Amino acid sequence: MKKVKADPKGVLTGAHYFDGDYALAEGALAAGCRFFAGYPITPSTETAERFSERIPYVGGVFIQMEDELGSIAALIGASWGGKKVMTVTSGPGFSLMMENIGLACMMETPLVIANVQRGGPSTGLPTLTGQQDMMQVKWGSHGDYEIIALSPDSPQECFDLTIEAFNLSEIYRVPAFVMTDECVGHMHEKVVIPPAEEIELVERKWYKGPKDKYLPYKPDNDMIPFMVKAGDGYRFHTTGLTHDERGYPVINAECQDVCVRHLVDKIKMNADKIIRIEENQTDTAEIVVISYGITSRVTTRAVHKAKKAGIKIGTIRLITIWPFPEKRIKELAKTIKAFIVPEINYGQVVLEVERCAKGQAPVIHVPHCGGWVHDPVDIFNAIKEASK
Amino acid sequence: MTEIRFSGFGGQGIIRCGLITGKALSLFDNKYATMTQSFGPEARGSACSSQLVVSEDRVLYPYITDPEILVSMSQEAYEKYEQELRDDGILIIDRDLVKLKPPGGKIKTYSIPSTRFAEELGNRITANLVMLGFFTAVTQIVSSEAMKKALPGLVPGRFLDLNIKAFDKGYKYGKKILNEEKKNSKK
Repeated sequence: MKKVKADPKGVLTGAHYFDGDYALAEGALAAGCRFFAGYPITPSTETAERFSERIPYVGGVFIQMEDELGSIAALIGASWGGKKVMTVTSGPGFSLMMENIGLACMMETPLVIANVQRGGPSTGLPTLTGQQDMMQVKWGSHGDYEIIALSPDSPQECFDLTIEAFNLSEIYRVPAFVMTDECVGHMHEKVVIPPAEEIELVERKWYKGPKDKYLPYKPDNDMIPFMVKAGDGYRFHTTGLTHDERGYPVINAECQDVCVRHLVDKIKMNADKIIRIEENQTDTAEIVVISYGITSRVTTRAVHKAKKAGIKIGTIRLITIWPFPEKRIKELAKTIKAFIVPEINYGQVVLEVERCAKGQAPVIHVPHCGGWVHDPVDIFNAIKEASK
Repeated sequence: MTEIRFSGFGGQGIIRCGLITGKALSLFDNKYATMTQSFGPEARGSACSSQLVVSEDRVLYPYITDPEILVSMSQEAYEKYEQELRDDGILIIDRDLVKLKPPGGKIKTYSIPSTRFAEELGNRITANLVMLGFFTAVTQIVSSEAMKKALPGLVPGRFLDLNIKAFDKGYKYGKKILNEEKKNSKK
């Protein structure tokens, strides 16, 4: 993994007053993204707008696609052409992307997708918030595979985590997702963009060997195969079919075993390196609130109140959602009284917490169907009830 | 922590008011300011608003729940949001566009003919800047220097001078009203 500094051309160094959507675009540009293909959809449209405005000045390409199926197809092509690539969408568009997201996983293609979530299902609440695609991002395409998903809680983190998503996507040759939501996407706050030399990026692992020896799916020591740029004279084959190291289809159970295990294990076995969570006073806590994105900020209000009421409370903010931080939650389940999981959906990440807690600590969900953030009182009441 | 709502009708630059004030506070006055806007099916001409939460520390809950300051530039917006204003809050209106109900509680009301002043300056589109100048003077929550520094990039370059003039006009009027208030209270 070769580390490089950001290209100053894409980095808008300074303090800005941006919404989360703009910060996503600026994060991508700072990370060296030079290809964007997308289909505008509320509440993510501002990211596409920003990108289309800025991209001519940094020497990249912006394409408004015919739909979201085409968007991912274009990203896959441009990524194999050697570019860092990104698109942005929301619920209905995310559903349309699923087929080709599976293709990107199978072809081990680095790309970044931001989902500014709105209330669903279907067209649901175009202009209002939700966190209802948290399971879809992991399971939405068919078959077994792993992805990486991050959840920013502010415009600043929309910037920071988009850069991180690009780095992770390049390191593991996997689609990486920035799962934000309408509230953060449309919220304006101060966003500080550091000088280019302070932004650390990862360069794609390029194959430099003889042209006739390139194997696009032969894992290197770190499990990740080398890439080449299409058009640079390397002959290779890539497909959505189960394939061998050469990328040629092999339709049998033995090859499937190797192929699928690889797609899953390259993330699972590196989970400790990928996962980032923020813990607060979990050492002494009886009750631990697990939340992510905007809900973690809303939760803090309830937590302050609980502390005042004398409840021993701690928090975990999930910055990485997938791979899921199961180890830490398993550990904590042995020592605490209960987990509280507020999220703007009717029960998604809470299922993962339950799975990891293995019945050793009760897991209490505080649902919200979308359209607004939680009333902190609802979270406080759940905490109070659990502490009894 | 201070919670502010700017309100009016679509097209008046109400969201811009939140943006300018938020930018001024967080980039030039060293505060934390989170701005959210009503982002619904509001069309041009109907009630619209932007919300600003201002704090010395990081803002956690992003929306206003108990606003201390309400700025209203239309009757519809005033009627929609007036009941949420704190009993000891500050109400700021465009006096030609908002007809007040009998005041309740200890709410302090400041009024300015911001649209008329903007017309006098030659372009009614700057009414929101007149209002912001007035708001800056009477609330003293943000410095006028910060507000002016925040303008480039948020108003069209060729209208920057006009917008600053509009801001100054509202600011001076606000100062005048505050001085009169002081004199009256001494009597």
